[in-house]
Amino acid sequence: MSVKQETPSKETSLSGCLLLKNPVNSTPTLSRPLNRGRGRVRWSSLNSQLMIKHRLLFAVLLLLFNATAFAAPAIQHWETKNGARVYFVPAPELPMVDVRVAFDAGSARDGDTPGLAALTSNLLSDGAEVHTGTGAGELNADEIADRFAGLGAHFGAGAGRDMTSVSLRSLSRPDVLQPALDTAAALVQRPSFPATGFERERDRTRVALRAQEQSPGDIAGKAFYQAVYGAHPYGTEPAGTEASLNRLTRDDLVAFHKRYYAGRNAIIAVVGALSRNEAAAVAETIIGGLPAGAAATALPKVGDLASAQMIQIKHPSAQTHVLLGQPGLSRIDPDYFPLLVGNHILGGSGLVSRLTDEVREKRGLSYSAYSYFLPLREPGPFTLGLQTRNEQTGQALKVLRDTLQTFTEHGPSAQELKAAKQNITGGFALRIDSNSKLIEYLALIGFYNLPLGFLDTYSRHVEKITLEQVRAAFRRRINPEQMVTVVVGGGAAASQD
Amino acid sequence: MHKYIAVGLCLWAAAFSIYAQDTPPATHEYRLSNGLKLIVREDHRAPVVVSQVWYKVGSSYEDSGTTGISHVLEHMMFKGTRKHGPNEFSRIIAQNGGRENAFTGRDYTAYFQQLEKGRLAVSFELEADRMRNLRLKQEEFAKEVRVVMEERRMRTDDDPEALTAEQFTAVAFHNNPYRIPVIGWMGDLENLRVTDLQAWYKTWYAPNNATLVVVGDVQPDAVFKLAGKYFGALKPAPLPTLKPHIEAEQMGTRRITVKAPAELPYLLMGYPAPVLKSSSASDSWEPYALEMLSALLSGGDSARLARHLVRGQKIAANASAGYNLTARLPDMFMIDGTPAQGRTIDELEQALRGEIKRLQDEPVSEAELARIKTQVVANEIYQRDSIFAQAMQIGTLETVGLDWRLMDSYVEKITAVTAEQVQQVARKYLIDDRLTVAVLEPLPIDPNKPRAAAAGAGGHNVR
Repeated sequence: MSVKQETPSKETSLSGCLLLKNPVNSTPTLSRPLNRGRGRVRWSSLNSQLMIKHRLLFAVLLLLFNATAFAAPAIQHWETKNGARVYFVPAPELPMVDVRVAFDAGSARDGDTPGLAALTSNLLSDGAEVHTGTGAGELNADEIADRFAGLGAHFGAGAGRDMTSVSLRSLSRPDVLQPALDTAAALVQRPSFPATGFERERDRTRVALRAQEQSPGDIAGKAFYQAVYGAHPYGTEPAGTEASLNRLTRDDLVAFHKRYYAGRNAIIAVVGALSRNEAAAVAETIIGGLPAGAAATALPKVGDLASAQMIQIKHPSAQTHVLLGQPGLSRIDPDYFPLLVGNHILGGSGLVSRLTDEVREKRGLSYSAYSYFLPLREPGPFTLGLQTRNEQTGQALKVLRDTLQTFTEHGPSAQELKAAKQNITGGFALRIDSNSKLIEYLALIGFYNLPLGFLDTYSRHVEKITLEQVRAAFRRRINPEQMVTVVVGGGAAASQD
Repeated sequence: MHKYIAVGLCLWAAAFSIYAQDTPPATHEYRLSNGLKLIVREDHRAPVVVSQVWYKVGSSYEDSGTTGISHVLEHMMFKGTRKHGPNEFSRIIAQNGGRENAFTGRDYTAYFQQLEKGRLAVSFELEADRMRNLRLKQEEFAKEVRVVMEERRMRTDDDPEALTAEQFTAVAFHNNPYRIPVIGWMGDLENLRVTDLQAWYKTWYAPNNATLVVVGDVQPDAVFKLAGKYFGALKPAPLPTLKPHIEAEQMGTRRITVKAPAELPYLLMGYPAPVLKSSSASDSWEPYALEMLSALLSGGDSARLARHLVRGQKIAANASAGYNLTARLPDMFMIDGTPAQGRTIDELEQALRGEIKRLQDEPVSEAELARIKTQVVANEIYQRDSIFAQAMQIGTLETVGLDWRLMDSYVEKITAVTAEQVQQVARKYLIDDRLTVAVLEPLPIDPNKPRAAAAGAGGHNVR
């Protein structure tokens, strides 16, 4: 399905395995590195020399559906003592455990210092207070790294627009899992935010920002969010800006952690070879020492765009990147299913979508042409995009617009709708065929408070969608006349407006 | 940010573990009478299957003048056969709830589908059809080669680090065909003809040059029967014998500069290194020791480059090492990095060389080795979470001419590596006279100087 997940981690379906990582994951606006530093396997350039994929696919497919042959796993659900909601699915087949904690602490909570949530999450593994049998001690970054490595466990933390997410993958053997959990718990609950780590990670974020400035796709993504969201918190980059980084202090991180890393502001997803009691102990360990605190307050509403806006940025690149879009839909939205099924046909089904057909198959204008909804707490963007040789920019943009216009006016054909439903429902089992995919979905269901039966009813919702519903939803919600257009590259006009 | 274990380690990962309670998934090997090899691995966790067809052809099989042809052919494999029209392959897979894609590397071209387990026949029928019956038409080719040029612009021409890596490779290797970029040189793409593709297809696409890998909730004998039904009637083809392309000895450090509009400098260093395929039986421990070396340097946050260069001395914003022991031909041990704020490429290079020198001078501690080995063992288990990754390992090994069973002995081999062996390979292979260094020297990002998109890109006008 053509929906992308806002995922702060760069994890791919192959657990970070190199060969496939970059070729698959080329989501132009979302998957650029927030911070090139930490954890990013810096083999991208070499890797792209090693393997090239036929087509770009959006890496993360979000929605789950239930095919008749394959029931969705039953989700067990409860709360920790300090009020965090827990979502658990046992997976006894492999001797391993995945844990994900999601705090309502994304960059939307950055206030006037963009980069705050991301830097806070980055600093978790730079130092923490641990409790030992004899008292308390301090672990530094090297010791923390050694602990996880020595256990063969993977720890990660990062921030997207809606959430800060912390993940731990460990073997399920108690003599490995327990110390891995204890260390992760210390990082989440008692990070020390050392001054040296703060300065270093801030510097590395600055380097990451400069890296974005040499990538036309990154430049376009940043401009797109700014234009679509304006002063709304979604308008800024999770990594922040040079100016906001300069303003940030270590105290800001401490305060951010204190406010948002709290039981009632968190959900925990657990998948692995555990009993329910063991999973309950895992959840209590990782988050139980945090105060209950309070859930984050509601985000401001996202306004509709008042008029069309064209942003042109000259860049000395061979290609011009084009993005087109507007605010799209939230996780809980009455038009959720018609818009998603419709977008699947328009530009979400990769090889067989209308956009790919018009832009790539018929005209050879771009390697990748797509559209997607990114559902967030408040309406995330609806985005269409492509990249083309500078000289063809005008033609490609026109094809993109015309395809959207035609689709919005007339909707899909009966045959297209049927094929989309077949693809979505027939491939349900693929969406949750591994622990790493399953935990993504659990975290989403938990974070956005979707019904526990969301997976079970998904297919039924999709099957029920009619042509008229898709057409009506697109007409009502998508306005090609009032969209933001971002053009970055040699094909951009000289002046900006 | 999430943190990962080293490149090299994660590339591998097999289905074997000292700790796991369960045994590796059962794997079965078959061969059809036309030479098609079939490897089936059972994984019954979910009712799904991945099917991959691997051909022994990639950019390292290519000739100067037609570089990129394997990858362009891969694109054209979706453009129809006598039986199916252009893109129909993709539509049929989509209607069956499937996902599909293809990839080209230096040593292979591979096609895959992921499906609900009951629909494997759909994939087999289509793959068998395009193995021998592809229609390569001028009209479709003319459009698709332009798509590939756009792909090149996106991946390489507009990414200064990728450009640097491409130039590096072209200089580091002389006779070794790994010097050829998988995507192909722009000038070669412009001069590629559909007749070139027809010849390439005829030469390499045959059952006796392919491996079919199936992993998932399937019964191996039933898969074998199904494969016979769809692939069995395909005719084998005589295959060319590849020349060895033996590399001439390097006579001293090679150093290049790449100037491109960029914000950040970038450093790439590489030393020629043996791989499993090129090692004699008595030297077969060396690639594992090099793998260990790579993990010691950049196997996650506890490894040396992160610890010393990123955190300790704060010379690098990023730095990593990479090595691929399953290449078909002798390859490179690579190190790359970006200087930290206020640091220079020279400082970074000196620091990286300092790390190499330390590995040559001082044996690594047992504790450090043990940490890596523990990660290897754990990663083996984690890797089993993905049936796609398992199929990738099997397909890669078979296609470069190794045995897929190597994946089951990987942990054993890597955990047998000693501190002395690490030191030995560091001294033997990481030597100055074999070093190639590429430096990206940023040019100002001048908005009014759009790049001349490689040679003659303007020659293709849109209809």
